[in-house]
Amino acid sequence: MRWSAPILAAPLAGCNWVVMNPSGDIAVQQRDLILISVALMLLIVIPVMAMVVWFAVRYRATNEATEKDYDPDWDHSTKLELLIWSAPLLIIIALGALTWVSTHKLDPYRPLDRIDAQTAIDPKVKPLTVQVVALDWKWLFIYPELGVATVNELALPTNVPVRFDITASTVMNSFYVPELAGQIYAMPGMKTQLHAVANKPVTGTGFSANYSGAGFTHMRFGYKALDQAGFDAWVAKVKAGGASLDRTVYQTLAKPSEKAPVAYFSAADPKLFDAIVNLCPKPGQRCMGELMHINQMGGAGKESAKDIEGLQYDFPNSHVIDQTERNEGQQTAPDAPGAEQAPADHSSHSGADAHAQHR
Amino acid sequence: MIFGRLTWDAFPWHEPIVVATFCAVVLGGAAVVAALTYFKLWGYLWKEWFTSVDHKKIGIMYMVLGLIMFLRGFADAVMMRLQQALAFNGSEGYLNAHHYDQVFTAHGVIMIFFVAMPFITGLMNYIVPLQIGARDVSFPFLNNFSFWMTTGGAVLVMASLFLGEFAQTGWLAYPPLSGIDYSPATGVDYYIWALQVAGVGTTLSGINLIATIVKMRAPGMSLMKMPVFTWTSLCANILIVASFPILTATLVLLSLDRYAGTNFFTNDFGGNPMMYVNLIWIWGHPEVYILILPLFGVFSEVTSTFSGKRLFGYTSMVYATCCIMVLSYLVWLHHFFTMGSGASVNSFFGITTMIISIPTGAKLFNWLFTMYRGRVRFELPMMWTVAFMLTFTVGGMTGVMLAVPPADFVLHNSLFLIAHFHNVIIGGVLFGLFAAINYWWPKAFGYKLNVFWGKVSFWCWQIGFWLAFTPLYIMGLMGVTRRMRVFDDPSLQIYFVIAAIGAAIVAAGIGAMLVQFAVSIWKRDELKVEGDPWDGRTLEWATSSPPPEYNFAFTPVVYDADSWADMKKNGYQRPLTGYQAIHMPSSTGTGVILAALSTLCGFALIWYIWWLAGLSFIGLVGFAIFHTFNYKRDFYIPVEDVTRTEEERTRILAAGV
Repeated sequence: MRWSAPILAAPLAGCNWVVMNPSGDIAVQQRDLILISVALMLLIVIPVMAMVVWFAVRYRATNEATEKDYDPDWDHSTKLELLIWSAPLLIIIALGALTWVSTHKLDPYRPLDRIDAQTAIDPKVKPLTVQVVALDWKWLFIYPELGVATVNELALPTNVPVRFDITASTVMNSFYVPELAGQIYAMPGMKTQLHAVANKPVTGTGFSANYSGAGFTHMRFGYKALDQAGFDAWVAKVKAGGASLDRTVYQTLAKPSEKAPVAYFSAADPKLFDAIVNLCPKPGQRCMGELMHINQMGGAGKESAKDIEGLQYDFPNSHVIDQTERNEGQQTAPDAPGAEQAPADHSSHSGADAHAQHR
Repeated sequence: MIFGRLTWDAFPWHEPIVVATFCAVVLGGAAVVAALTYFKLWGYLWKEWFTSVDHKKIGIMYMVLGLIMFLRGFADAVMMRLQQALAFNGSEGYLNAHHYDQVFTAHGVIMIFFVAMPFITGLMNYIVPLQIGARDVSFPFLNNFSFWMTTGGAVLVMASLFLGEFAQTGWLAYPPLSGIDYSPATGVDYYIWALQVAGVGTTLSGINLIATIVKMRAPGMSLMKMPVFTWTSLCANILIVASFPILTATLVLLSLDRYAGTNFFTNDFGGNPMMYVNLIWIWGHPEVYILILPLFGVFSEVTSTFSGKRLFGYTSMVYATCCIMVLSYLVWLHHFFTMGSGASVNSFFGITTMIISIPTGAKLFNWLFTMYRGRVRFELPMMWTVAFMLTFTVGGMTGVMLAVPPADFVLHNSLFLIAHFHNVIIGGVLFGLFAAINYWWPKAFGYKLNVFWGKVSFWCWQIGFWLAFTPLYIMGLMGVTRRMRVFDDPSLQIYFVIAAIGAAIVAAGIGAMLVQFAVSIWKRDELKVEGDPWDGRTLEWATSSPPPEYNFAFTPVVYDADSWADMKKNGYQRPLTGYQAIHMPSSTGTGVILAALSTLCGFALIWYIWWLAGLSFIGLVGFAIFHTFNYKRDFYIPVEDVTRTEEERTRILAAGV
């Protein structure tokens, strides 16, 4: 095996085990949990594996030393049976307690109570809200308190608690920034939440961790944790961008595209995120919440038939992009800095035609 | 409109890889057909195999199906490894998204439904009736029908390679991605109908084996005297019967969404994709225990036989199996902790998952103490078993890591997860199958497998497995997610190259196993054995190898869990007179025809050829009714034939002594 040493060593040099070495407090605690649970399990796994090898070697048929020990009818021992059930049980009791506590403490919905292991949260600090929308196949981040939005770039100030409100436009994705915190699904028509905090200035990558169709592999975004000054400068840069994210721009943006360039919006429709969650970002579309309310009140009778039209959401949003768009996307690097325009208008796409045959 | 949406464009002319594969398959297929015709084997195959209701022949056909599909599934794996090793530094690799996404979906679907399932069903089919001293299963015709339905599903999956496309959704086809709006082409329909057709077969064969085990045990074999493999098979089949209907119902709802415009799982009109994810995993988690439980039984039989000892803790082994069976229903949510359930729900499912590791751990200890104070013979089945114990323990540990919800948040959907479940499925299910094949091959064919090539295969698998999956574990800790086609970070390439080398070594292992089979068949006279080559302990070794059509001339009487060991110890004498005519079920072609009609119906539904779907469905129902008028369902093996067979055996045994 000596020859293999350089091959095995090569990848270890200069790699980044980000999950094992993250820069956000939540991810750090999750990392610690992995290490503790492994240590707990090794308490039993190592002896078992050692015993497998030891017994297999010691009691091999060719070993004459143990021939006198051979006992073909020995098949029961109450003491041993108690041991083999209780030893794993004890480990699992410990691990189960750890699981219960840590799952509640690291529940993504739970507001943070600390910035890091040493610092409690100043109750006066309001968490920064970031609204995250998984589009086909790019990420939209809206900062409602700052009134700005970006595509494929997430910046956070360090040591400020952040609350992510997460949804998706068409299919399921998973919002994951390994540097920052564990992932949570982004689902259409639903809102999930994640609380996290960045502790060190760092640049990294975030991505969708749940397969979502043809463009999935490139559904990545830049992640920057910046100190307060750096973050303010970044916000100022975004604000200088000029373009405004309104419903029309969103419609264009939401069309399927791959490798969408980073884009900045100096203003964002404050109600856009809620509209996306309610599947009614398009002007004139009925919102899910509104209809649920009508239904709750007993429905709206025959005249509500017209609402059906406004409710159709999936149909026009087919997942197919045509070849010309695919090529357009490829010409721009995903992390091209300061591509401050909204992505070019995409012409009608082939998916709609495909549907016509089915319906 | 005669052919629905099946047009010339449905053929993937533009995909050179597919076209080349297609040519190879056509040439290979033509060669096989020509050879079969030339050697006039069609009649033999039809009469002796395809229409046979003999559980042993059906078992072997399941194994052949599993092996063929395994080669296909592995080819997909190699394509993925190659793509991921190449797609760096701006290269898109050699597969586009449309192709690559089909490959990883097909790999998962094929390996679970058309490799692992046929393998374990085939194994149970062959061994269980022999172990309980029965002459066949409870419903022999149903058994044949089940096999052909499974094959029909496999045929549909294979057809998607050359006609239209397969699903690009991942192996569980989560909506809304698998809905008609986001996957309008034939892929998901192939997925649905392949699984539905095969699912009928799986469910029926589950019912069949439960009935067999419950009703057809030899006199004296109480439940607590059943061999452990039969116990684990019973539990696995209970799981099949309890869980496959959920899969069927879930897929029916999905097909209603796709075909009838309903909104169970759409975004529109209050549909709820999360419901699908829950339902599919309520089937999906028991499914992995369906796969592993019978192999736990195999390891028990092998360890006990090759240690020359009774199994340690038989009773606790049985209770552990039953515990796992029940608990496997209470853990499904651990596949999607990240969906945003509350902390209490997540903790509940995390802890139930961990609890499963207790009976599993107890089993491992039982095998361990079976070796203790034994005389362990390291034949191939035992080698695979020891390898399993070491490999599976690691896989179990990483599984419990993933069961801690906050840890799962960072590892979910990563390559760590991929490494984990390959660690348990290869290390558990596949190693178990290889142990079983090496162990029971002499039972089925009357000669042992070649040891040299078996060892080559064994070591290739061990080395290849760890080389292929260790980098995946590591990359999971580096935050690399699954189902990626292209990579930005060049430092990852070396890991994928190592994984690809691992896959190549595994390929060598598979090749060595095929060589092992070929060499053994070729030199079968040198490897010839008597009925009981391993000093076996359970009833299947009490009869000749291969067993006669009727398995046992006299139904054995059982006094002990290790009944054959018990019989040998107490000086059992094989009766030499008093043979009687034996009542057996007749072969029938109905299973083949019904399954062919079902497959045709599925095909027509995939391509919207409504008239053909209707016609084949009517044909299906009609032929099933017609079959109820078939009164030639059984026959007697004349006493002369039984006497001749048994006297032949007496002569061989006498010559052997």
